[in-house]
Amino acid sequence: MTATIKNLTSITHNGLTLPKVIPQLTFADKLGGCKARWAIARMKYTVEPGIYAVGNPTDQSPVLVSANYKLSFDFLRKELTGIDAWIMVIDTNGINVWCAAGKGTFGTAEIVRRIESVELNKIVSHRKIILPQLGGVGVAAHKVKKQSGFMVIYGPVRARDIKAFIDAGNKATPDMRQVHFTLYDRLVLTPVEFTISAKYALFIIAAMFLLSGINKQGYSTQLTLENGFRAVFNVMTAYLGGTVIAPLFLPWLPGTSFSVKGFYVGLLLAAALSLTGYTGTQLETLAWILLVTAITSFTAMNFTGASTYTSLSGVNKEMKRAIPFQLTAAVAGLVIWIITRFI
Amino acid sequence: MKGQEYLKNVVTLELNIDKCIGCGMCAVVCPQRVFRIEDYKAVITNKDLCMECGACALNCPIDAIKVQAGVGCAAAVINSFFTGGEPTCDCSDGSSGCC
Repeated sequence: MTATIKNLTSITHNGLTLPKVIPQLTFADKLGGCKARWAIARMKYTVEPGIYAVGNPTDQSPVLVSANYKLSFDFLRKELTGIDAWIMVIDTNGINVWCAAGKGTFGTAEIVRRIESVELNKIVSHRKIILPQLGGVGVAAHKVKKQSGFMVIYGPVRARDIKAFIDAGNKATPDMRQVHFTLYDRLVLTPVEFTISAKYALFIIAAMFLLSGINKQGYSTQLTLENGFRAVFNVMTAYLGGTVIAPLFLPWLPGTSFSVKGFYVGLLLAAALSLTGYTGTQLETLAWILLVTAITSFTAMNFTGASTYTSLSGVNKEMKRAIPFQLTAAVAGLVIWIITRFI
Repeated sequence: MKGQEYLKNVVTLELNIDKCIGCGMCAVVCPQRVFRIEDYKAVITNKDLCMECGACALNCPIDAIKVQAGVGCAAAVINSFFTGGEPTCDCSDGSSGCC
């Protein structure tokens, strides 16, 4: 299923009828993008692969290559106001450029195939295509040249620099070549981070809520209702700490590994929870310190996947060190917490 | 803006300076600006900045760069532990993805 592009018209160029898009995004485009950020119907958010005209392109106009994830496509076209260009959308199964390149779907073979299927040699007289720089993770420029005759020019990392790049004669400044990981970049990633593991968090929350009713006399529903909300609140705080707070404050948190950064967030949150009386007795507080730090450390560690600068070797090393601690803390915390039910 | 650094001394990146022809493709594709071209040869400025995306090795026309490319994603590592495959971005059930 593909998302529809509003205001799609067509042009005739060198005897071919080709679709034409406008650079302006509609409300529906923005809403769709927003939903994708929250992981709602995200994998169906695709555009039809092929060639699209923007403005009034000619034989000489640049060819910009995009993934068929609609958010990638929209990010590119909204930067093309006043530019006459061709957008060649390749089939990446609706995945963004960087991730698709990592898998190889934004890759040499698909580009060569697409150049042939859209008959790019009939559309433009030059033999150059501009790729987003991050496409380089899946594309070998010299092989594309060899197999298709088209020369790959790596454009800027970010679509917003494409105009400046073209204006400068296809030259990128050092900053255009650098991946950033700004507060805003991290902010837009947190909703997905939060929602994707939410089912696991809900399971833990439900389990802790029900376990709150255990006591010496057996099981008390009243106790569940009285105490359960504290358990729910504490787990939710920890989950929010690892999926939202740690990512946002990432550069300012101590340590280089994400699990350590998450651990500090957990300590801080556990302290706040105990000061506000959410953790209960001293022994219960100890249990919550262990549980909260285990959750924040683990969920913050998962943010390595969304970050732009972690290597697989680094993540492997971090996990080998961190997981034994996280598991021990989680198990010890849970055991102590269950013991406190009976005291 | 300077690139962010992750753990030190773990990256698998290697550059064979004797093979290097100084074409500069590695410096172009690297999103962490690990490479610089000096005297017609590529130079690794700071290896710890490398995120092992593999773009440099893939775009090196004479295979002078070696790196064990992969995704720096804990969820992918956990997944691959259970499924036995390579860590990839296909980290969830198909209705969503991590990146």
